Amino acid sequence: MKHSFIDEYSDLDSFIHRLDPRTKLIASLAFIVAVVLTPASNWRVFAFYFCIIVALLVLSKLPPIYVLKRSLVIFPFVLMIAIFIPFFKEGEVAGSYNIWMWQVSVTYSGLLILANVVAKAWLCILGLILLSSTTKLADLLKGFKQLGVPQVMILILSFMYRYIFVLVDEVMRMQQARDSRNFGGNRLHQLKTIGNMVGTLFIRSYERGERIYAAMLARGFDGQVRTLHKLSFRQADAYFGAVFCLMLISPCVIWW
Amino acid sequence: MQAMDKIIEIRNLSFDYPDGHQGLKNVDLNVYPGENVAVIGPNGAGKSTLLLHLNSILRGNSTVKICGLVVAEKNLKEIRKRVGLVFQDPEDQLFSLNVFDDVAFGPINMGYSESEVRQRVVRALEWVGMGGYEQRSPHHLSVGEKKRIAIATVLSLAPEVLVIDEPTSNLDPRSKWSLIELLKQLPMTKIIATHDLELVRALCGRTVVMDEGKIVVDGNTEDILEDVSLLKAHGLAH
Repeated sequence: MKHSFIDEYSDLDSFIHRLDPRTKLIASLAFIVAVVLTPASNWRVFAFYFCIIVALLVLSKLPPIYVLKRSLVIFPFVLMIAIFIPFFKEGEVAGSYNIWMWQVSVTYSGLLILANVVAKAWLCILGLILLSSTTKLADLLKGFKQLGVPQVMILILSFMYRYIFVLVDEVMRMQQARDSRNFGGNRLHQLKTIGNMVGTLFIRSYERGERIYAAMLARGFDGQVRTLHKLSFRQADAYFGAVFCLMLISPCVIWW
Repeated sequence: MQAMDKIIEIRNLSFDYPDGHQGLKNVDLNVYPGENVAVIGPNGAGKSTLLLHLNSILRGNSTVKICGLVVAEKNLKEIRKRVGLVFQDPEDQLFSLNVFDDVAFGPINMGYSESEVRQRVVRALEWVGMGGYEQRSPHHLSVGEKKRIAIATVLSLAPEVLVIDEPTSNLDPRSKWSLIELLKQLPMTKIIATHDLELVRALCGRTVVMDEGKIVVDGNTEDILEDVSLLKAHGLAH
């Protein structure tokens, strides 16, 4: 079965794709930090950062619709957390409503915070989409590793990404098998069936883990993970890093 | 032939699974260099269990000798270099994020230099007709391609014995026959566990029939495949 992958467009070729994963990782991190540290009322700075990220997205040749769709994924999470802020924040009241027996009011400062949270989250997710769509996951993990992330974490992430779709396929096949035998009955019965499926999936995954480990042993694995190092910084990375950092810092200089 | 010539020598091997279920009973098997041996038998006959002993993934209560080396902790690396074991499900065999890392996994573990590893990967992939697939991720490949790359992951170690579990399972006839052609081209000793009697007839001069953990018959493929009553008795024909 076909799935969409995190690094779906990482096969494209562009200036951004060719950068060293470490450059992109650090640049993304710097971008996120800069966005988060920007004071709430500084809309010009947000607009400026938005322009930077859009420019980079254009450079990376990613399809705009794809990026837009991907970036919308974040909104339910952000809204779930931030939607109540305008109601609780004290300040000048923007509007007051009677809902059944409560009176609720929305404040300007609350709305500002909400808008600010949404804007920051959206900018950050755009940055991450740019990172993950222009870098193959294998390279990204190599970058993480060379930046000092522990090997165990790298292994876990790499196995997770390798097998998550195998597992999803397995779940889909189990669902089909279940539906073809007319899944129905009362709630309790349904819950039992789902419980069984989860259990089966766990056991199958466990057994697959054993087989994968055997396959690793058969090729001389002895607990030591070794890899070939082949990432290399190029001049383009240095230039990109320098220019990018200057741009991130420039709002502080210009507007303060 | 003398004992030195045997590439695999198994004497009186028995193995019990932790749950008490007996996997192998008193198995004797000698394999000589250059042979293509098919191990056939019904489901649960112990074929896979036997194969896992050839690479010392499992160890029963007997001496297994590979290329004259006793299977023991100190010889593990050498044995795993000489016996390449390909598992049935390529999803288990291919656990890396791209084909290159998977094919390079064995050679890197053996401590070869970087240029040597790269050479071996290129050679192994060309051998199975998958040159240029280095950067592809395994989950984007077809079953036939996965099977070939699974074989490449052990060919990169240049093994003397190739041990393959069910190479043709889940393949359509065209992929199956092209895989059989590929296996024919490979010069090393091969031990193949399978239900696929067409594969056995096309590839293996010698056949070992297993049932309930024991070797029932060991002989010439032609004779065994002619013996319909034998095949029927062990669930290989109906």
